[in-house]
Formats: sequence, structure tokens, C-alpha cells
Amino acid sequence: MLELRGITKSYGGRRVLDDVGFDVAPKRLTGFVGGNGAGKTTTMRIALGVLEADGGEVQLDGAPISSGDRRRFGYMPEERGLYPKMKVAEQIAYLARLHGYSKADADANATALLERLGLGERLNDKVETLSLGNQQRAQIAAALVHDPEVLILDEPFSGLDPLAVDVVAGVLQERAAQGVSVLFSSHQLDVVERLCDDLVIIAAGTIRAAGTADELRAAHAGHRYELHTSGDAGWLRDEPGVEVVDFAAGSAVFDVDDDQTAQRVLRRAVETSHVQSFAPRHPTLAQIFKEVIR
Amino acid sequence: MSTPVTPSTAQSVWLVAEREIGSKLRSKAFVISTVIMFAFALAGVIWGGFSAANPSQTPVAVTSQSASVVAGMSNLDVTTADSADAAIALVKSGDVDAAIVPDADSPAHVKIVAKDSAPQELVAALSVSPPVQLLNSSPEDALLRYLVAIGFGIVFLISASMFGSTIAQSVVEEKQTRVVEILISAIPVRALMAGKVIGNTILAMGQIIVLVAIAIIGLSVSGQNAVLAGLGGPMVWFAVFFLFGFILLAALFAGAAAMVSRQEDIGSTTMPLTMLILAPYILVILFNDNPVVLTVMSYVPFSAPVAMPLRLYLGAAQWWEPLVSLVLLIATCVAAVLVGSKIYRNSLLRMGARVKLGEALKA
Repeated sequence: MLELRGITKSYGGRRVLDDVGFDVAPKRLTGFVGGNGAGKTTTMRIALGVLEADGGEVQLDGAPISSGDRRRFGYMPEERGLYPKMKVAEQIAYLARLHGYSKADADANATALLERLGLGERLNDKVETLSLGNQQRAQIAAALVHDPEVLILDEPFSGLDPLAVDVVAGVLQERAAQGVSVLFSSHQLDVVERLCDDLVIIAAGTIRAAGTADELRAAHAGHRYELHTSGDAGWLRDEPGVEVVDFAAGSAVFDVDDDQTAQRVLRRAVETSHVQSFAPRHPTLAQIFKEVIR
Repeated sequence: MSTPVTPSTAQSVWLVAEREIGSKLRSKAFVISTVIMFAFALAGVIWGGFSAANPSQTPVAVTSQSASVVAGMSNLDVTTADSADAAIALVKSGDVDAAIVPDADSPAHVKIVAKDSAPQELVAALSVSPPVQLLNSSPEDALLRYLVAIGFGIVFLISASMFGSTIAQSVVEEKQTRVVEILISAIPVRALMAGKVIGNTILAMGQIIVLVAIAIIGLSVSGQNAVLAGLGGPMVWFAVFFLFGFILLAALFAGAAAMVSRQEDIGSTTMPLTMLILAPYILVILFNDNPVVLTVMSYVPFSAPVAMPLRLYLGAAQWWEPLVSLVLLIATCVAAVLVGSKIYRNSLLRMGARVKLGEALKA
């Protein structure tokens, strides 16, 4: 478990992080969401130790992080970079060797990982000859090649086509299943929503929401329901405590003032027509995000 | 698969050094320019050897009467003509540079016939000169001293600037591509810098050793054993001084380059270092006959690698002088490594604008 506690950071008098704290649990994917300049990259760099915080603490399994611990981190920086003139496989193997793998293991790890990421044909090409999307995959390989216990990835999905997103997402889920703590930031909220077990939302340097995806959805669920019936649902408009948001013949989306009203509506619907579905409508991550950063 | 073992600092340093060396050796530009440099060095040494062994001969024509005046002169290529007219005809046709023909009016009983200018060497050879005694004699001639001075100067200049700028570019490449963030999450900053300095020092020393070997082999093959005997010791000293002189510069280059974030900006911080490399070369050319300047230069750490071997070659240094100078150089080298690594550490992760020197030196 990676824990951030009360992290603060200022640049030249401007406070960019204020009391930032959250957990990144093992075996889970934690999405880190925030607008441009909200403090995501700064937070990740501090968690990794390439940047020093003004205050607060980063702990791994309850103890302050040592430089030895940081070797077990995998990192993908915001601005991508590998040696442009080095061959892809050689470069990834070099990074594995810096983390202490023997030459044979480093080569084997690098090759297997690159093949898994769809770069099997390009192992001996120079990094600079790869397309941006493929460089991105190589960059992900660079973060993963030493089998880290904690993964910190800054925008791992940006610039990837949908197929590549699936490949990378699959690899991250595999790693999480093996017990790795994964923290990644993304602007692609649909991807975050699909993948993440836990969510952290940051805005203007403060954490606005943090928790499991389900908790967050429940907390922001509100009282919106969706009803599909075979008959005409026009009676909904006259029901007290109901506000219809969207309506089309037998289907309606509506807000209720409380749970009692929702139950009453369901009973009436069953009495008057054939109910195909009746369900609370969960807010999308995009909606939650807009709400909490407001 | 075995689990990874945290590499020791020494192992990390060596991995970095190995990558530096490997990527340099795979650069075509580097390999080609190095081969050309070796070829020039070899050609220069051998050409120098042969022209010393076979001094050029001036072709002259004589008649049977005048032949006696050139007898025993090895620097002349003598053709004997049937008559004075035939000898002069050879001058006209360009077969010989001058004709020596009998002349009853001359006190020397011969005269020299040449085409359009008086052949000074020949005139001097045939003249009677008073003997000359020099009170302050130097065993080395001025030309050879000049060549040796240029030799040490230019080799130092080329190698130090080639590998100094290699380090600078490699530091900025890592910064510019941000690969440095990944690297220092794996290994300590000092290991990264040490690896760069050591890798490039190995390459630079390799180049120097090959050049020294070329000089020694070239000199002995072309039979210049006298030059070799005088130059052998100073060349070994040069290699030793170069080693520490280069580490000194390399550490400063690494620090200076870490202060900028883009290749285009390297010049702005490494310029003073480039001057430090250029200075000994220029000074040694201008002042290779000035013992005071050479003595000072041979103790200043930045110019000692050039000036001390030259003074040793000239026989102007006592046996203990290179040792004292070397101690000074090593002390400066240690200081430069400390300063360079401090700047490097403080600047490495600061992207964007150039880091100010004051900030880079802060604790």
C-alpha cells in the first residue's frame, strides 16, 4: 500500500499542492483524475521521489520510502522519453539491468514484455523510428520491465488508438491482479471509469474526492431513475415529488425527492402497465468529476 | 527467472559507462573521424621519418673540370655534362636546378648558372664559412620543438573537446528526453554521472593510447630512434596527465550541461570550458620557446597535460616537477568532480530555463 499524507508543495510562493493525501492499494487500479494544472504530475513525481515535497510524507506499507524501495517502483513520466538512438529491446533491457536483473533475465523480460505490448516486430528498431503510439508502448514497457511493486503512470493512454488502449489496459489489469499497486492519471474519463477500482479526483492542488469507484458513484448517485414501460407513462408528470427530465412515450428519465416517491412510482407503473425496466441511473465519471471540482 | 539483486553503486556506474561506450562506438561519425585521425597521425609520423632519413637532393650539372668542387656533398644530385654549354643546356631544359661550370675569372674558379633565382643553398654549400660557436646551445632544433608542442597541444585539444562535448550532449539528451527521470528512479544520481565520466574517460584514454602507440611504432619503423628516445618518456607522462586532466574537464562538462534542458543551449554553459581546452593549445604554440610561460603552464592544472610533457621533452624540467604538477592536477580534479557533481545533482531535474550557477551550487 502506497500512502500519501499531507503533501504540500509550492513553486515560488504559489501553492500547487495543499494537504494532498490518498492511498494506492495493491491489487487495484487507482485512477487519478484532474484538470490541466490541477497537480497530478507534481503529486506523482513526489510519490516517486524525483521531486521533493515541502511537507507531508509518502509511505510504503507504513514506513517512509527509502531509495531502495523506489527501485521497486515503475514510472512513466508525463513527457515521454527514451534514448532516441537506442534499439527498443536493448533500451528496455538496459533499464531492467539498472534495476538489478542479470543480462539474460533483462533480455528475456524486455522481449516478452514488448511482444505482449505488440512491439514484437520492432525489437531491433531504433526508438526514434517508431511512431508516437509505438514509442508510447515502449515507454510503458520501460515502466514495467523490472516487475515493479508500485506503478506510477502519468497519462499512459494518451496518444494510443482504441486497440492499443485495450492492450495496455489488459497489461495493467494483469499487473494489478499479481498484487501491484497501480496509480495512473488520465484525461480519458471513459477509460478510467471502465478500468479503475479506486478513484482520486484532484482540483487546484487539493483532493476533492477519493475512494472506490462504487462508493463515489453511490455518493453522487442522487435520485435519478429510468423507467421503461409498454404503456404511456404520461401520468408521471402529475405524480407529486417527481420531476421528469426526459420523456418519450413509455420511457422516462426523472428525478424524485426521496426513496419513498421512487417506490410509489414503481408500484403505480406495475399497476398501470407492463414494466420492462426500472433502475436508478448512476452518474458517469464525467458527471461526478464536474460536480466535485466545482 | 532469478529475482533482481539491487546492483551496487559500482555495478550501476559500470552499466552506465558501458552504455556510453557502446553508443559512441556505434556512432558512424565517431568511428570514421577516429579512423581518419589515426590515419593522419600515422601518415604524419611516417612522412616525418622518411623525409628526415632521405633529405632532398638538389640536382646540379657539372663538367669534368668543375666536378671536384662538389665532391663529397651528399645533398647534391650530380650530373656530369660533356661541356659547359651542355651543362647550361640541362639548366635551360629544367633537368637540373643549376650548373657549375669552370670560370677562370672567379676566385673560386667556377661559377653557378641558374635559371631565374640564385640557388642559395648551393651558394652556401660552395662558400667558405667561418666556424660558429653557440654559448647557449639547445640540443633540440626549433622546428622539432614546434612540432612536438603542436602535437601535444592538438591531441589534447581534439580529444578533450571531442569527449567533453560527448558528455555534455549525453547529459542533455537524457534531460531533454526525460529518460533521466526513469534512470534516477533506478540508480543514484552520482552513479549516473560517474558512469558517464568514466565511460568517456575510457574512450578518450583509448584514443590517446592508440595515438601514442602509433607515434612509437611509426617512429621506430621509420628509423627515428633518436626522436623516439627523447619523446618516449614525455608521451607516457602526457597520457598520465591527460587521464586526470580529462576527468577534471569531464566532471565540469557534465555539471555545465546539466544546467540546460535543450541541446541548443549547451554552448551557453560549456563555453568557458571550451576556452579552457583551447587556451593551452594556443599558448603552447605562441610560447613554446618561452621557458617562463611554459613553466607556469606546466603547473596550471588545465594546461599541465600539454606543457609538462613538452618541458620534459625539452629537458627543462627537473625529475620532481611532473610529480608536483601531477599532485596539483589530481587535487584540482577531485575538487572539480565535487563541484561538477553538485551542479549536476542540483540541476538535473530542473527543466525549462537555464539553471543559474548560484542556485546550482547551493547545498
